[in-house]
Amino acid sequence: MSICRRLLNLSKRSEIDAEIDAELKSHIEMRIDDNLADGMSPEDARRNAARRFGNRTLMKERVTGADAALALDSVWSDIRFASRYLAKNPGFAFTAIVVLALGMGTSIAIFAFIDTALIKPLPYKDPGRLVSIYETVPSCPLCNISYQNYLDWKKSDLPFSALEAWGWANYLIHTPEGTEPAHGTRVSDGFFRALGVTPVLGRDFYAGEDAPGAPRTILITYGAWQKRFGGSRDVIGRTITLSDIGYSVIGVLPKDFHFAPRGEAEFWAALNDPSDCDQRRGCHGLFGLGRLKDGTSLQTAVAALKTEASRLEKQHPDSNHGFSATAIPLTVAVLGNIQPVLLMLLSGAFLLLIIACTNVAGLLLVRSENRKREMALRSALGAAPARLFRQFATEALLLVLAGGGLGLGLAYMVVKLLIKLVPEDRIGGMPFLLTVGLSPQVLAFAGIIALVAGILFAVVPALCISRANLRRDLAEGDRGSAQSAWRRIGSKLTVLELASAVVLLVGAGLLGKSLYLLLHVDTGFETDHLATLRVAAPKAYADDNRLMVLERLIANRIGGLPGIKSASISANMPVRSWDGGTSIIVPGRPVTGQRNDIPERDVSSGYLTTLGASFVRGRGFSEAEDDPSKPRVVVINQTLAKQYFPGEDPVGKQLEYEGSHALMNIIGIVEDIKEGPLDAANRAAIYVPFNQDSSRSFVVVVRTSQDERTILPVLTAAIHEIDPGIAVSDAITMTDWINESGSAYLHRSAAWLVGGFAGLALLLSVVGLYGVIAYSVSRRTREIGIRMALGAERGSVYRMILRESTKLTAFGLGAGLLCSLGSSMLMRKLLFGTQAWDMPTLVLVSSALALSALMATYLPARRAASVNPVDALRAE
Amino acid sequence: MPKNDLQGTLDLLVLKTLSQLGELHGYGIALHIQRASDELLSVEEGSLYPALHRLEQGGWITAQWALTETKRRAKYYKLSVVGKKRLLQAEKDFETLVEGVRAILRYA
Repeated sequence: MSICRRLLNLSKRSEIDAEIDAELKSHIEMRIDDNLADGMSPEDARRNAARRFGNRTLMKERVTGADAALALDSVWSDIRFASRYLAKNPGFAFTAIVVLALGMGTSIAIFAFIDTALIKPLPYKDPGRLVSIYETVPSCPLCNISYQNYLDWKKSDLPFSALEAWGWANYLIHTPEGTEPAHGTRVSDGFFRALGVTPVLGRDFYAGEDAPGAPRTILITYGAWQKRFGGSRDVIGRTITLSDIGYSVIGVLPKDFHFAPRGEAEFWAALNDPSDCDQRRGCHGLFGLGRLKDGTSLQTAVAALKTEASRLEKQHPDSNHGFSATAIPLTVAVLGNIQPVLLMLLSGAFLLLIIACTNVAGLLLVRSENRKREMALRSALGAAPARLFRQFATEALLLVLAGGGLGLGLAYMVVKLLIKLVPEDRIGGMPFLLTVGLSPQVLAFAGIIALVAGILFAVVPALCISRANLRRDLAEGDRGSAQSAWRRIGSKLTVLELASAVVLLVGAGLLGKSLYLLLHVDTGFETDHLATLRVAAPKAYADDNRLMVLERLIANRIGGLPGIKSASISANMPVRSWDGGTSIIVPGRPVTGQRNDIPERDVSSGYLTTLGASFVRGRGFSEAEDDPSKPRVVVINQTLAKQYFPGEDPVGKQLEYEGSHALMNIIGIVEDIKEGPLDAANRAAIYVPFNQDSSRSFVVVVRTSQDERTILPVLTAAIHEIDPGIAVSDAITMTDWINESGSAYLHRSAAWLVGGFAGLALLLSVVGLYGVIAYSVSRRTREIGIRMALGAERGSVYRMILRESTKLTAFGLGAGLLCSLGSSMLMRKLLFGTQAWDMPTLVLVSSALALSALMATYLPARRAASVNPVDALRAE
Repeated sequence: MPKNDLQGTLDLLVLKTLSQLGELHGYGIALHIQRASDELLSVEEGSLYPALHRLEQGGWITAQWALTETKRRAKYYKLSVVGKKRLLQAEKDFETLVEGVRAILRYA
């Protein structure tokens, strides 16, 4: 078909052009011939033919337009024209494209995170119906579940199509490099079926494989298969020894499998080895996972759980007193604390995008202002408004394509960089982040923002032109009066930019202040010169006495090393998490029926002094008292003293675990130590001798006299010298531990990212302001020249320019501060110890912006003041 | 949907002319329309060409360069097979349009 031929011959536009020309020309000539034959004079014949034919140029344009191939060609010529235009204005093109790439790149990158984290975070079948199940007491609203309670739930008719239990397991594994800890999970047999995950190799657990006494079987992750078995297919049926127990490998989990609530775990064993804790109904060591039955709402399920829990409470008042149960969507359990951060980042990125777009729109406005004469000329020569608009649209398209393409590349790099910046042990809790990339959704998002930006960039300059008076533009050319579209729209754009920058700056300021306050929160101990190390002793130390010998050996051996002042042991790290605790009572007081769940810390005699905690009253326990055969003693913290012994002296009084009848003598009160996250309030806590309730996994905490970082390898070596079969891990200084703790990490990431956005925003908006003022000065050179010729002082010229900039800055600042009050209220959950209207932050931000604005004005103002009146007048 | 607009009418005139007279150049088509309509339908002759090219793009007519009786080179147009079908449809559409317009004019 002819169209194909023409499309193929697109490059031969001139040929097609010539053909159309020839056809039209032959028509006119035939008319002339006929006219001559009718007896007209040659002159009349020609004029008559032309008149009858109509506007030949226009007709030709229309014929060309009717030709699809040529229409395409004219688009191509638009593109060529636009790219030539951009190439001729490299400064403009470069600025616009870079600014766009920055704005779009950050938005796309943040959206990529939103996409993976919020839109498709869980790689399971129908993840919306999965819930996380907890037991709950007032002190711990989302707490572990008891295995015995779980078994009863399973027997009752709860509205779950699957109800599973899982718990952490920490194994010791012997490798050629020595004994190391390995993370594992114990799961009920239907766990993977509930998630909808099938092993890629081997089989899933059979129903009934989690019955006590069933053969020890284990599923391994894809990573463990590759790392420990070299990806060999005959791994099925092989036996792997974990903590001196043999497990038979029955399957390999898919490569993309992850279970964020557990984090990184290589080994997934069937829950068929009930621990002491599992066998006691009062011990809560597991987590619940459920899949809602079709058509059941979360509320119904929660109500059913509560009913069942209260039934069990009546049945087992000793252990279940005060316990209820609840469920939350698994997505909420996984994303609870990063969701608000991500949404805030997206808003921040959007603000930055707005600034970038207004900046480019402003640049385009300036351009179109300068091109008024060109456009007026083209329009006088017959270009239709639509044709002129098409030109703008093409230029906008080119800019957005270049900026967006670059932005995509930038987003890709930013995403990779941000993921690298996430510490490895944090990735375990957010495994979905590993899949962040430029997915189709992200590309669609990029397309949408590009489209919106493109429309904006096409419409803004076109508006300015179409409103203009063509005749005046032609006549005045470059000498356009100050009453231009630029002044109408351009200055408003700057106000918008400045206001957005203020919002971002205030956000960053508040987050930064929160982070500072968080890191300087009173932990109740001296955090510097502390080194820590986690130790897991093998089964050989299961006997309490052997463990006590080991504990003392470690404390004394390491305490005697050069550079170490004291060494101690605790079952838990401080600044980690508040747990549910154990219910205690004060003997002799009337029983209220209320639970008093108090977290307990099992620590060696030197622990509190090693930390540098200060005693308010009484003393800590001695090494001799840290012995299971000695009377039980306890050190309480100040909050406990205030809560349970108001106006009394607790030292000398007693505490008792509810239902245990084992009395503990209170021997001292210590100032509150931050056991939970930095941003959580202190709770009542008790410190009891390690050996009166010991465990084989504990933390060694040492106070050093030299740089604590250099001590870490010494510690590891010292432990291995005592027994190479002991696994050590997580050697870290206390300062690092605190700085990298969950809440600090979250606050720091938020503060840095928003700070980065705010920095970019400040830069872009100040550049925008500079552009406005510089442009306005250049337009007013003549006016300034006249003013000076008439005797205006340089100072008054300065003032005139400054007044213009101050007005814009003041409007931007005012609007921005108002908006930031709103935005800070929205993000107040992410703030710590800082109010949304924190005055110092607002003042600091305002002065930073005002100062930057002043600097941005100074250059053009100086140029204006140094205008030579004679030159300025002559230049026109 | 039938195209009941003036552009469609011009297409109809061109197609009809070519179906009556066979192969013809643009000038000839213009002359024929003027004469056959007793000079009632007189438009700028040039406006014929966008229509001709559009019809050619649509495949309803084909074109070929040839010499006229006066030995001038001119582009001759001819109705294609699809063009003939198109003409029938266009005539029908036009009748509908005329009837419709007439009905409205008579309505009182």
